[in-house]
Amino acid sequence: MAEFEPQIVAFCCNWCTYAAADLAGTSRVHYPPNVRIVRVMCSSMVNPLYVLKAFEGGADGVLVAGCHHSDCHYIDGPVKCDATVDKLRKVLHVLGLEDERLRRELVAASEGVVFARIIKEMVEQLKKIGPSPFKVKTEALA
Amino acid sequence: MEEIRIGVYICHCGFNIAGVVNVEEVAKYAATLPSVVISREYRYMCSDPGQDLIKNDIKKLGLNRVVVASCSPRMHEPTFRKAVADGGLNPYLYEHANIREHCSWVHDDKELATKKAKDLVRAAVKRVYRHEPLVVKEAPLNPNVLVVGGGIAGMQAALDIANGQNKVYLVERDPSIGGHMIQLDRTFPTLDCSECILTPKMSDVGHHPFIELFTYSEVEEVSGSIGNFKIKVRKKARHIDESKCIGCNVCEEKCPWKTDSEFEMGLAKRKAVYIPFAQAIPHLAVVDPNLCAYIKSDGKKCGACIKVCEAQAITPETLLKQTDQIVEFDVGTIIVATGYDQFDPSVIPQYGYGKYDNVLTGLHFERMTCAAGPTGGKILLKDGREPERIALVHCVGSRDQNYHEYCSRVCCMYALKYAHLAKELSKADVYQFYIDMRCFGEGYEEFYKRCSEEGVNFIRGKVAKITDEALSDEEKGKLVVISEDTLLGKLVRVPVDMVILCSALEARSDAENVARIFNLNRRADGFFLERHVKLDPVATPTDGIFIAGCCEGPRDIPDTVAQAEATAAKALSLISKGTITTEAAVSTVDESICHGCGRCEEICAFHAPKVASKNGTLVSSINETLCKGCGACAVVCPTGAISIKHFTQDEILAEVAALTEVS
Repeated sequence: MAEFEPQIVAFCCNWCTYAAADLAGTSRVHYPPNVRIVRVMCSSMVNPLYVLKAFEGGADGVLVAGCHHSDCHYIDGPVKCDATVDKLRKVLHVLGLEDERLRRELVAASEGVVFARIIKEMVEQLKKIGPSPFKVKTEALA
Repeated sequence: MEEIRIGVYICHCGFNIAGVVNVEEVAKYAATLPSVVISREYRYMCSDPGQDLIKNDIKKLGLNRVVVASCSPRMHEPTFRKAVADGGLNPYLYEHANIREHCSWVHDDKELATKKAKDLVRAAVKRVYRHEPLVVKEAPLNPNVLVVGGGIAGMQAALDIANGQNKVYLVERDPSIGGHMIQLDRTFPTLDCSECILTPKMSDVGHHPFIELFTYSEVEEVSGSIGNFKIKVRKKARHIDESKCIGCNVCEEKCPWKTDSEFEMGLAKRKAVYIPFAQAIPHLAVVDPNLCAYIKSDGKKCGACIKVCEAQAITPETLLKQTDQIVEFDVGTIIVATGYDQFDPSVIPQYGYGKYDNVLTGLHFERMTCAAGPTGGKILLKDGREPERIALVHCVGSRDQNYHEYCSRVCCMYALKYAHLAKELSKADVYQFYIDMRCFGEGYEEFYKRCSEEGVNFIRGKVAKITDEALSDEEKGKLVVISEDTLLGKLVRVPVDMVILCSALEARSDAENVARIFNLNRRADGFFLERHVKLDPVATPTDGIFIAGCCEGPRDIPDTVAQAEATAAKALSLISKGTITTEAAVSTVDESICHGCGRCEEICAFHAPKVASKNGTLVSSINETLCKGCGACAVVCPTGAISIKHFTQDEILAEVAALTEVS
């Protein structure tokens, strides 16, 4: 059986983390191809529904990443996003999803290397904890 | 409803994408997706023929949605939106898939990269299906400009803009404009006197009919956006009547209270009432309320200045009652030129700065060699003797993993200047301890050669320690510079009388606060981040705000001036156009669902939503000129009445669903 390859959906703010992922590309800093990035204008735009939708679809992990608290293009977006993620964690707990499956990170536009490192870490960690229980169920039904 | 007809274009970007991603396979795959009418791959989609493919297909095939999969949308989304608009569609009926920066450049497994590219294209197709046409509105741009910082960068930018007869508000924190440059003695490599070339500019700024100067003032608040910023400035109390002060200096002569002069780097004293330096603009006295005995005793002590001020600019009233003033005005564009701090070498204890009297920094030496400075242009030790040997230590706080990794760019050159001046103004032998000599600018290498021929000793190596512990008679009473000489491959001990630490330029200690006020991003090293390091070096991620000079990183005077002029050109081009386009992807409220609960009002940092009574019920409405489209309101809206145009819940859910589908 092939090794389990986790599927990650990353919500990245346009100004910082999306730009950091661009910088990782420009600097050719490689990371595993398990991640798919959704560009949002601000991390505070990430609705809990989007994260739940990703898990429902079978994502093994979700990254919500944006500017550092002092860098926000919209003044205090990261604070609002932190609040959303905190609430979301409780919901995931009730749903029986491991805490590690949702990761919240602050990655500045200059931190391409940091972005690549985070993806590598997530992939390794998700490989350890295995496929999302949602994914297993979806596949079993099919 | 009109039939959705999508065109998908996969860019090779030469080998940049096609070298890793199988573009033909991706294009074939895209053709199988619902509503995709045409799917093509092309070598360079951003080229004119590439864009023509899109324009022609829109006309011939009746496309009403377009997806391009190429580089980052931060690079070419505007290009393709324009192509789509030229083809006759609304530019927002376009979606971009990033298969270069986020795919081919970061992955090497061709199969997995191709699979990822397909996923990204599928998600873009699902998303574009749901895009709605949006209207970009034009709004007038306020032609006034705010320049923050009265150093050479700020002054140059202000003059360029004001010379075009546009109003400039120049805000400087210190009591006088001039910045660090007015503290410098001579400028490398030409050795022309800094004051002589700067004071005419300072005077021009001070008297310019189109420049309104706020010195001893700080910007406290900036709100609004490009075209219409609202500015709040705190004008600190000078405790004198500015309209009456004639700058005669008599108050300063009579004032009995002294402290270290900031301008003279503590090498001389100033009084509690003082004019910072001889050529200060505006030439007005300022009272230091923390030192003035009259203010501190609430009028019971001293008052010497009041008695001698014939112009009656200093009175009990100005000293005791004058308070900070808040001034408000509107501008359309902002130039931030807040400069740098000199690295404080006392954090490197082995260099003995602050411990040994004759270990000084570059700015101390600048004041010392200046003819109008505290020593009258003589290089003197603390005890008044002339030094016999001077050491110049390069890269203090820069090119050092413990402090700043970056090269501070100007230190090699100013160290060479000091070597030359030490030779000119004293009989001292000069030793330069350097890692590499970086003499990159016009006339710089030639200046290096000139100094080498003047008999300066160059020792290649990083200084390990500066000590007064003598190991020989020769070292007694001296400062011993201990360093490796990497060219000889041995440790050297050089006894000297004076050490000049060529301290790095670093980001201002309050750069974080300034970044917050002006919504700027900072790099890891603390300096402000430009929009694009190569192709947009003076713009910032915030439209209408530009950065110039050392607030963006260490640079010399010619580069600073060129950059300041670039920011002026940016501002002038906006002023010349006269209008700005407003953000189209903003919040919108479905009034039929809104309950007027006000959560959106609470969360918005820009005061865009307002709840008001409409036909007897409370509903929220969005002020589109204030809305920046961050989307926070839509997340907290309990009824789902708020959505962000172009980033609707429906669109993002479709994108997420498409990304997790198995291709």
